[in-house]
Amino acid sequence: MGNQAISIKSLEKRFQHKQVIAPLSLDVPKGQLMGLLGPSGCGKTTLIKMIMGMLKPDSGTIQVLDLTVPHKQLLNDIGYMAQSDALYTDLTGEENLHFFAKLYSLSKAERIERVAYAARLVRLTDDLQLKVENYSGGMKRRLSLAIALIQNPKLLILDEPTVGIDPVLKKEIWQELIRLKEQEQKTILVTTHAMDEAERCDQLAMLRSGHIIAQGTPQELKEHYQAKDFDEVFVKAGGEVQ
Amino acid sequence: MRIGAIVTRIIQQMKRDKRTLALLFLAPLLVLSLMSFIFNSNEASSVTLVISNAPAPLIDKLKETDFIIIEDNAFSKKQLHDKEYDGWLAIEQNASKLTLLNDDPSLAKTLAMQLAQVLQPSQAAMGSFETDYVYGDEDTAIFDIFSPMLIGFFVFFFVFLITGIALLKERTSGTLERLLATPIKRSEIVAGYMVGYGLFAFLQTIIIVLFGIYVLDIVHVGSIWLVLLINMMVALVSLSLGALLSSFAASEFQMMQFIPLVIVPQVFFSGIFPLDSMAEWLQNIGRIMPLYYAADALNGVMYKGYSLPDIIVNLSILACFAIVFITLNMISLKKYRSL
Repeated sequence: MGNQAISIKSLEKRFQHKQVIAPLSLDVPKGQLMGLLGPSGCGKTTLIKMIMGMLKPDSGTIQVLDLTVPHKQLLNDIGYMAQSDALYTDLTGEENLHFFAKLYSLSKAERIERVAYAARLVRLTDDLQLKVENYSGGMKRRLSLAIALIQNPKLLILDEPTVGIDPVLKKEIWQELIRLKEQEQKTILVTTHAMDEAERCDQLAMLRSGHIIAQGTPQELKEHYQAKDFDEVFVKAGGEVQ
Repeated sequence: MRIGAIVTRIIQQMKRDKRTLALLFLAPLLVLSLMSFIFNSNEASSVTLVISNAPAPLIDKLKETDFIIIEDNAFSKKQLHDKEYDGWLAIEQNASKLTLLNDDPSLAKTLAMQLAQVLQPSQAAMGSFETDYVYGDEDTAIFDIFSPMLIGFFVFFFVFLITGIALLKERTSGTLERLLATPIKRSEIVAGYMVGYGLFAFLQTIIIVLFGIYVLDIVHVGSIWLVLLINMMVALVSLSLGALLSSFAASEFQMMQFIPLVIVPQVFFSGIFPLDSMAEWLQNIGRIMPLYYAADALNGVMYKGYSLPDIIVNLSILACFAIVFITLNMISLKKYRSL
């Protein structure tokens, strides 16, 4: 306790008798960038939603920033980016950002500053006046990321943040995530199924069929499975379970 | 503050959705006008009124109206029936008597009302004013009785549709879920929606009521403020019901499917068809429908000139409906977040 940002203990979730999350325990240390790796349908989003308090687990407990989920304070402390872009497409990018900023009760001056900062970060400053329905897929993703950062949260939970974003911007976003972690001591939990992104995480947890099949630093995992890249780690780790 | 954020957002969205705005503000006027033309189409035909034993000043006064006036001091109900004049006003000592042909209730109603307006100042002097009918009785008006209810219905219907679909869109696009990942309270979301769409409903109500009363000349004897108050209550009920039912719909099409289930039956029980002649159990069904109370109150105020104490029961029942629906809305949001 104390130095874990997220602490999950024997968490279980089933949807109509289908076990989505098998009893699962996971710790995310404070100030780390943790990658949650796994193929589609392995339970990543379900797990994330339970951490957010949007889904009720069948059993087990989740503690986030030393508070038991669900907790009102946590909604302020977690910046969340959902897998699908939940944006008001008939509003402009700026209106979307301001709307969410208001929900976090930021003062007007703070709001203007944070909106400018978040927009700059995801390179949307020039497109803020455009309606979101005219945005490309990547731009929508970036706007969602900007919204997740709007209230300057201590913990970032990002569900596949870089899907549909071109490699240049993807690199920039990852650089920024690492900067946020190092300079602003933020804890970041990212789900991905891109193996190149996995390399950049401090810690990795591999999820398959609701089980954590492997956990450790990228280097440890590669060494443990004697693999040269993560595709191979994944295949080997998956094979072990079956 | 957070409620304000939602209200501002709704206003921004609505301002850009010109078609929805047009539906909200213009469609009711169009339909209302059409119905008014259809039901009042015989107003253009001349109204013939026979008068017997009327004093000269009254005759002059009546001649100023659109009526075709026939003076006949030896007229009878039989003659009225045979010749199919619209009405016969017989002035006698202390007991004036108006006989209406009433083959067309809306026409007879107009005649009686206009006549009442003409006679108003001198009515006291003339003593009691008795009305008799050749066909039917005084309860057989059509448009007059259901035009107040129509106003309530349009407010209910369009507000229901627009709020229901707006909230549904928020559910299906995932923005509602995203909203609930912020510190906003469930009650703030519901309140934001009520205020945001309530503003538009309020505007719509004002437009429909003013248009109905001043352009279409719908009868209104009671206070226009009461009419607005009742309609605001209707809008609130319909807002909360639309929002609530949207949580049971998975698509816009499914939302539309609520119309025959929720809207149409209410029309049947809101005064177009006389309720008194219905079976007891059927009347009781009407009592679970918000529009039943709304129509009753609107009719009372616009047609019968009721004042606030007379309709307070109806208003309270409507308020109860709104409170129940709003509470259920907050509960239904629990499915996204338990806090």
